[in-house]
Formats: sequence, structure tokens, C-alpha cells
Amino acid sequence: MLSVLIALPLAGALLVALIPREREETIRRVGLAVSLGALVVAAWLFRAFDPASGEMQFAVRVPWIPALGIGYAVGVDGISLLLVGLTAVIFPLALLGSWGSITEQVKWFTVAMLSLEGAVFGTFLALDLILFYVFWEAVLIPMAFLIALWGGPARRYAAIKFFLYTMAASVVMLVAILALHVLGRRLLGERTFDLEVLATMVLPPGVQAWLFAAFALAFAVKVPVWPLHTWLPDAHTEAPTAGSVILAALLLKMGTYGFVRFGPMLFPEALPASAPLLAALAIVGILYGAVVSWAQTDLKRLIAFSSVSHLGFVMLGIASLTEQGLQGSLIQMVNHGISTGALFLIVGVLYDRTHSRQIADYGGVAALMPRFAVIFTIVMLSSVALPGTNGFVGEFLILLGAFQTSTWWAVLGVGGVILSAVYLLWAYQQVMHGPQAARHPERLVEVTRREVLVFAPLVALIFLIGVYPKPLLDRSEAAVQAVLNRLDRPAMAEPLRRPR
Amino acid sequence: MNDVVIRVGWPLMLVWPLVGWLANGLLGGRLPRTASGIIASGVAGASFATALLVASAYRGVAAADAAVSFPIPLFDWLGAGRLTVEASLLVDPLALVMALVVGGVGFLIHVYSIGYMADDPHPSRYFAYLNLFVFAMLLLVSAGNLLLLFVGWELVGLCSYLLIGYWFDRPAAAAAGRKAFVVNRIGDAAFLLGVFLLFVALGTLDILEIREGVATLSGAERRLAALLLFAGATGKSAQLPLHIWLPDAMEGPTPVSALIHAATMVTAGVFVIARLDRLFLTAPEALVVVAMVGALTAFFAATVALRQHDLKRVLAYSTISQLGYMFVGMGVAAPSAAIFHLVSHAFFKALLFLAAGSVMHAMHEVIDMRRLGGLARPLRQTAGGFVIGALALAGVPPFAGFFSKDLILEHAFAFGLRTGNYLPYALGLVTAAVTAVYITRAVLLTFSGPPAEPGARPHEAPPVMLWPMAALAVLSVTGGLLGASVAGAPLLRFLDGLLGLVESGAEAAPHPPAGLLLGLSVAAALAGMLVGWRAHRGRRDPVLGRVGVFLEQRWYIDALYDRAIVAPGHTLARWLAGPFDLGVIDGAVNLVGRGLGALGGQARRLQTGYARQYALGVLIGTVLILGYWMLRW
Amino acid sequence: MVPSFAYLALSAALFTLGAMGVLVRRSALIIFMSVELMLNSVNLAFVTFARMHQSIEGQVVVFFVLVVTAVEVVVGLALIVDIFRSRESVDVDDVDLLRG
Repeated sequence: MLSVLIALPLAGALLVALIPREREETIRRVGLAVSLGALVVAAWLFRAFDPASGEMQFAVRVPWIPALGIGYAVGVDGISLLLVGLTAVIFPLALLGSWGSITEQVKWFTVAMLSLEGAVFGTFLALDLILFYVFWEAVLIPMAFLIALWGGPARRYAAIKFFLYTMAASVVMLVAILALHVLGRRLLGERTFDLEVLATMVLPPGVQAWLFAAFALAFAVKVPVWPLHTWLPDAHTEAPTAGSVILAALLLKMGTYGFVRFGPMLFPEALPASAPLLAALAIVGILYGAVVSWAQTDLKRLIAFSSVSHLGFVMLGIASLTEQGLQGSLIQMVNHGISTGALFLIVGVLYDRTHSRQIADYGGVAALMPRFAVIFTIVMLSSVALPGTNGFVGEFLILLGAFQTSTWWAVLGVGGVILSAVYLLWAYQQVMHGPQAARHPERLVEVTRREVLVFAPLVALIFLIGVYPKPLLDRSEAAVQAVLNRLDRPAMAEPLRRPR
Repeated sequence: MNDVVIRVGWPLMLVWPLVGWLANGLLGGRLPRTASGIIASGVAGASFATALLVASAYRGVAAADAAVSFPIPLFDWLGAGRLTVEASLLVDPLALVMALVVGGVGFLIHVYSIGYMADDPHPSRYFAYLNLFVFAMLLLVSAGNLLLLFVGWELVGLCSYLLIGYWFDRPAAAAAGRKAFVVNRIGDAAFLLGVFLLFVALGTLDILEIREGVATLSGAERRLAALLLFAGATGKSAQLPLHIWLPDAMEGPTPVSALIHAATMVTAGVFVIARLDRLFLTAPEALVVVAMVGALTAFFAATVALRQHDLKRVLAYSTISQLGYMFVGMGVAAPSAAIFHLVSHAFFKALLFLAAGSVMHAMHEVIDMRRLGGLARPLRQTAGGFVIGALALAGVPPFAGFFSKDLILEHAFAFGLRTGNYLPYALGLVTAAVTAVYITRAVLLTFSGPPAEPGARPHEAPPVMLWPMAALAVLSVTGGLLGASVAGAPLLRFLDGLLGLVESGAEAAPHPPAGLLLGLSVAAALAGMLVGWRAHRGRRDPVLGRVGVFLEQRWYIDALYDRAIVAPGHTLARWLAGPFDLGVIDGAVNLVGRGLGALGGQARRLQTGYARQYALGVLIGTVLILGYWMLRW
Repeated sequence: MVPSFAYLALSAALFTLGAMGVLVRRSALIIFMSVELMLNSVNLAFVTFARMHQSIEGQVVVFFVLVVTAVEVVVGLALIVDIFRSRESVDVDDVDLLRG
């Protein structure tokens, strides 16, 4: 079933590639239908998932390149389930949301989006390190194309920066993966890249620290952890709306997912040891992203920096290594995907109408687009983490978790809660409130039915998760427990056995 | 039977405004304009009626003086590890009193709003917000655990933000809404930390369990938790140093100022301290802070109110000042007295605001007292209502404010006897006199003398606005009976069952000379009124020289914040975003990129394009490799 | 009988001549001929060694080399003709599109 999830979008991409390019309407519909099909599969998965188990479920293991020990291994647990669900929700909306804005090369745009969806699913589901790495890198290709072909004026710079920055860091991870493989052959006597098999190794702390550092670098660039964040504003600013949505909602989560997935399994001692450092960077990111957001003049850059701040919260929750913190991080990944995805869609709505992302070009929009104002308000409040919206549940749990690990982490983190209100309300006021001051008021027409259709599920999720987050929390609880159990494993002071 | 009424009625009370919110919010555009207000008032009334029903059922269940707490679990809300939060409500005397005030005053103000907002093009949005506020406020007062309480706490802040900025096309209104939200957030952050602390120490967020568990906390934990929660309360209740948002909040529609920024939401901070009375009463050091902050705020705000020109701002500072009294009440370990003042203040301050709104309504949004005057004749009912409210505020017997304020002062004096710290009492007494001065000034400048702009033709408000004012006027006159000992002080007895049990050491202390204190209070009020009368008779407004400027500039606190926090903050943000982020961090990244590019540029020179050079390279390479092998052999 | 050494020496001399030709001449045609010379010198060496070791393999390789040479001549001459058509010259130093 998991393989269907990966294969369906890829097959869809192939199918779309066969449709003549002139039939844009058909292409759009097929693209949407395929992504909705994936959503149905994901929904089924969500229901069929057994919340009581912290193990991998629906796991499939097939040898792929047996000579090298590479296998096709996929599986889902409470950690990946939430992100798979988020992926399945976001892609149809991103596709639908770009019906109005992408008018050139619709065919290849749809192909890129669908192959991206397949790769993102693969990243979240892979249990084999090489398979994971393949999907992890495969994500870059369609994304770089999305930026470079449908992006803004500085798109080539942004695309190349995005590609090189993230890939340079990932290559380091590849080296670490190979090192794990070699160690596995020595310690376990088995040629394998299987995550769960490699996780049975007990590595000495020094080796763990180096390998974890390599993994962490790749993940940290993706998150992005301060100060490795500068590719993000450029990529976001230049990417088309759909690209920004996917980038913020899903690609950044690959980084935080990587920390939660691989950190505890492969490096149960290095992760806790580096937690204070991660927390410190996370807190700097929270505060720094928030303060810098306040000074932005470009809406997309502002949201990009707000992502740095919000992802800082996720990292803080992970670094807290408490049940509340980790649960909060997981749910906050979903929340950030929903809220920030929606924020980028909102900027997209404005951009489609006036072709400007500058805050100064707007003002008093609420009077022209009252329905849009309601949507924007709700999404903004969710991003501010107001109780009753999804953002609150996540930030509350994260800060509670952080508080238990270190009071100061929480005290500093709470500062981010204040600052997020400062910059988001400021931006909202500049754009929506005040006297009518938009540069092209005649173009700011009310949201269309299609656009409302895009936002409706997101708004519904914002309230649903805000009021009743239990279905999500229940499903991730056992997996988080399993993660923490691994970390409690007594450290075995066994020296690395050498062959011969 | 009573039990069922309580268990069904209490959640139902919350459902009503939610229904109104949804109706106005979703169908708003399609409803006839008049329907919005009627629906909204209807649900607010229904909510009030339900609360009354629950209250009477509660009286039936609980014996006269003993307080019983009914927890009403709703559903499992969220859980992670040992944290399990149940969405649960709580019925006890404190919650009932608050719900009745919110429901009752809320209902009256909804009705008033029908008239006030009659000319608004989209009243449905206004009423939707107002209903949402009632829901949030009722949730706040009826919540059974701290997290749910915090939800209500934040939601009322949201409604405040939305309603202050209701006329969002006015930049001042939009900015004021934002300021309110952000300043409140600062308090909320501290509040949240307090919640964390309690959870980590006690492992629960349930209010009843916290009440029980407080005794097991260490002194330091209690002190810290109490101070953090109090910091949250200073934000919501506009106490020093987080008071700056409330005067700006007057940019909102006046009924909103009456409901949210006078009668209900701003008292949430007082309510929270009462809600966690066990925690505060067993943390004496924190209580002293509460009392001192309250007393200082009361004094500070009253002096500032002396020199404001905007009638609503005078009332806003008056609210800050009166909230200060309530915190004094809490701080001197007299929570029942504080809640009593909260109730009577809700009556008379709402009345004052509604009367001010009626003035604005009549004068086409003019609220600057320098442009008013002589309104007593055309607006007789409004003027009458305002004067009643003013007398109650000034603390003239037998109006409501007299009883409640005097009770707090009495407790403050007792606190002085116990601890030797008479500052809260002294400041409270001085403030009482100042209060009488500024409200007398407001009455005289607004209603007496010749009109400042004779051209205006003010007209009295429609009955739909006058009736709520009449109701509040009656309450402002008679409300004192709720806590007056001559009437048996039913409110205090009702609350004491819950709150009075832990008054730390108050019983053992010597009794204050009640008669003397009473006389002093009355004397202060009358003296203040006399001074006000002499200074402002005939709409004169002496500027008080340098002191006047100091007061007019609000002790320069707002300016200080602007200079010391906001401006440097923005400068820092711009510096970080520009030179630092783009220059240093991104500069480093681009430097790496450029460095590699330069390396490539050097390597490029090897590609000369001359095939023979490449061939030579191949030859040399071959020779070298072969030579290496041969030597190794 | 001529000693094997003489064949090998001849082969080495021819190879050196060819290599020098490739390196110093500018005409593509001459370079081409020099390459042929190098290939044939190698062929000579192969045949010599086959004789010396009484083994067929060296001779077989010569056939391969001959085939490759034939193919190379075809492709190479076609390229040279094409370059001559567009540039009116067969001087290799004029062809430097790939200069960095």
C-alpha cells in the first residue's frame, strides 16, 4: 500500500507526460485527480494505522541491488504517518491553487509537481538508507526546476543556490551512510543499508558523534537551522506559489523528520549529547527569524523568515527530548505545513492579482476583499499560535517539553511567541488595514470560488487540529514513546571490534 | 434535578453565543441588517438567562454558605505522556458571579449596540465578534483547567484585537488593536510559563487539583508561579508596566470599550488571581507585589486621568486605576472584596462608557472634551446616567462604588495593621480623592456650561440605547447592597465560602476602626469633588503647569517604551535583516560560492583548446605512470 | 635471421616518430598520419612479441587494431573534411572552441 503511495504520483507524472501539451485543461484535471487519489490512499492509511503500536507498519522489504545490500524497504510509523498525511493534503491544494497562476508549460509543471509528490512520499516512507538518500536527492530536481522555470526575476540564482546548498550538505550525509554500511559489515557481518538492521549496532560515542554530525548537517540545512538558512528566503521569494507552498510545507519538514527518524535510531547517544547545541541554535533561530521578519518589505521573504522562526520551535521540541516536546514537534510540523502553506497561498492570491509581493504596494485590502480578509485573519492567527487554532497545540506542547528540560529554553522560546505576534500582525495591518492604499485597487477582486475551495480544507484543518488534536497525537504517541525508549538504552562501553 | 440543570445549563451557556457567532459570521451578509443585532442580543440574553438558571439551581444544591465545586468534564482534549488535558468546566460561586456579570452586562451592551451601530454598513461582522467575545469570556470564567482558561484568555484578547480594530480603515484603530494584542502577548508569555511551572510541579492543569496540590509546593515555586501568573494578569488587566494598550484601545466602538475594556475582559486578571486564590494567598511575598503594583497603578492612572482631553481616555485611565484597586484587594488577601469591586465597577463603568457613547452618537463621533460642553440640556437622560456613574465611581454613598471601594480600603488598612505596610492604603485613599477630582472634571467639561461648538445639534439617543443605560444606572445605585453589611452582604457571603477560607492570618489581626476609615473615604471623595468643582466650574480647565504636562504625557511612560524598546527593536531588526543576514551570513555563503567559482576559473586555464597540448599532457601522464610502475617493480 | 630486438627497436623508433609528429605538426592530416604511424608501430611490436612467445594472441590483437584503425580513419577523415569545409583550414591550432 505504501508503494502505491509512492508509485501513484510517479505514474501520474508519466501519464501527464504522454498527454499533448495543448490540452492544458485535461492535464490540470489529471494532475489534480492523481494527487487526490494519493490523498484517498493516505486517508485509508491514516484509518488503518494502528495507534497502539510504535513499530513500523505496512512495511515492505524487497531486495533491490542485493550485491551491495541495497534494498527497497518502506514502512510507516507514527512519526512518518503525520507527514505522509500532510503531503497528501498539501499537493492537491498546491496544484489547484496554481491553476490561475501557472499558464505556461502547464504540462511540465504538472509533471514536476507529481514527481515531486512521489519523491516526498518516498522520503518519508523509506527505511533503507540508500533508498532514502535517492528520494531525498530526487526531491531537489523537480523543485529546482520549479524555481528555475516558473520563478521570479532572480530565479536562476535562487535555484542554483537552493540546489547546491542543500546538495553539498546531503553529500556529507551520503558519506556517513556509506560509513554506516561499512561499520555494519564489520559489526553485524551483513551487507545492508536497512535502517532497522543498522540501528541494532552499538557504536562508540566518538564514531556516533562524527556520523551524527554529517547527518545533522544535511538535515540542518534543510530545516533550515540558523545560520544555514539563507537559501530559504531566496528560494521562497523566487519560487512560484505552488513551489513555495511545497517548499515550506513539506521540504523543510524533511529536515526535521530526518532528525526525529534517524537521530534516535542510529545515534542514541550523540543525539542527547548534542541536544543543548541544537536547542541553542533553535532558540537563536526562533528569535532571529522573528526579529528579521519584522524588517522585511517583501511578503514572501517575511514568511520565509517566519518559517525559520517556526521551524526553530520544532527543533526546540526535538532537542527537549521529552514526550511533550517531541509530540509537539510532530504536530507542529503538520501545523506549520498547514499555516505557512496557507500563508504562501495567500500571498499567491495577492500576487496573481497585482504581480507584487511588496508590502508597501498594499494597504486597506480588507475593504476590497472581505472574504479574503477572513481567510487571511484565520491563517495569520494560526501562525501566531492562538488557542483554538492548530498552532497553539504544537507550540504549547513544545514549550512545555522545553520547560521540563531546561527552564531557560522555554523562557527564551516564549519570547518567540511574543515576537511572532509582532511581525505577523504588523504585516497583516500593513496589507489589509488602514485606508485604501493599494497600488492597483481595481485588480484586487474578491477571491474566486476555486480559491475558496483551496483554502477551505486548510481553514478546516486549522480549527480541527486546534480544537481536537487527539487523533493526531494518539497516532504519534507510541512512536514517540519508542523513540524515547531507544534513548534510555543503557550506553554500552564496548570498543569497536576490528576485523581480523 | 438541580444537578442536571447545572450540568446541562453550564455548557449550554457557552453554546448560545457560539451559535450567534456562527449565525452572524456565516450568514452575516445574507441577513437583513437589523437581524444581526437582534440575533446577537438574543443569544447573549439566552446565555444570561441560562447562567441565572444555573445559579439558582446551584443555590438549591449548595447549602447557604458552603461552596461546592462542580467539575463538568466535556471531552479528552489533548495528551502527551503524563500530560492529559481534559476540556472541563467548573461551577462554583466565583465562576457563577463572573458569568452573571459577563452575561448580564454583556446582554445590555449588545442591546445598546443595536442602536449604536445602526448606521454601520456591516453590523453582522461587529455582532459576530461581540458574540465570540461573550463566548470566550464565558469560557474563561467557566473553565475547569488552566489550559482551557488560557484558551479563553487568549480568545478574549483576540476579540479585543478584532473589535478595537473594527474600523480597520483608520490607521489609529488598526495600530491600537495590534498594540493591544502584542502587549497582552507579553503578559500571556509569562502566564504560560506560570502554567508550565504548575504543571511540572504538580503534574496537572486541573484547577481543582491545583487547589488541592498547592500545599505541596515549595515556597519558591509558589512565589514564582504566582508572580508569573500575576505578570500575565498585568497584561490583560492593564496594570503597570503593561497598561499602555488600554487607552489606545478606545479607538474601538464605544460599546466595545464598555464591555471589553471596562466591565469584563480587563478584569480577567483579577479573576485569575481569585481563581488560584490558594496559590496566591499562600505566597505572601507575591501578594505584596500584587498589592503594591495595584496601588501604584491606581494612583498613577488616576493622576493621568486628570489631564486627558479625550473623554473615553479619561474613562480608560479610570478603568486602569479601578483595576488597580481590585489588585490591591487581592494583594491584601481580600479576594471577595476585590470581586465585589469588580462587579460594582462593571456596572458603573459600563454605564459611564455607554453614556460617553451616547455623547459620541449625539455629537457625531466628537469625544474631545474641549469641543463638548453644555450637553446636560439636550441629552438629559444621558447626562443623568453619566452623573450616576460618576457618583458611583467617586465613591459617594450610597452608590455601588462606595461600598466596594471602601471595603477594599478597609482590608488594605487591616493589611497595614498586620504587616506595617500602609502604602497600599495610603495610595488608595489619595487615589479616591483624585478619582473624585477627575470624574468631576469630566462631568463639568462635558455637560455643563455653554457648548464649545454651538453649531452642533445634539440629539438624545434612541430608546434601545437608553434602556440598557437605565438598567445599569439602577445597578450602579443599588449594586452596593450586594456587599453592604446592612443588606447582609449576600455577594460576599456567597464568595467567602470559596475564597474566604484561606485569608492568611487576617482573622487574628486587630480589627481596623471601620467607622473612622469609612469617614475618611467619604471625606476623600467629597473633598475631591469639591476641588474638582472649584477648579473646573464653568468649563475652566487649568493646565497645572509642568505637572500638567507630565500628566498629559502619561508620565512619559509611552514615550519611554517607544524610545527604549520599539525604536531600538526596529533598528535591530533592520540591521539584522540587512547588513547582518544579507551581508554576514549570506555573504559567507556567497563567499564560499565565489571562492569555488574562482578556483574553477583558475582550473579553466588548463583548457587551452590546443589539441597538441592535450596530447602532450597524455604523453607525459603515460610516461609518469609507466615510470612509477617500473620503478616500483 | 633478423633478431627480434631489431623489430622492437624499429617499432619504438616508429612510435617515437609518430608521437613527435602528433606533438609538433599543425596540419590535422599530418597528425592523423602520425597517429597511424604510432598504431602501426604498435602492430609491429605485437607481431614481434607473438613470434617471440609463439602465441597467436598478439596477432589477433593486431587484427583488432587494424579494424579500429580503419574505423578511425573513416571517422577522422570525415571530421577533418568537415572542419575544412567550415574553416577553410586544417590547422589544429585554429580549432579551439573548447578553450577555457
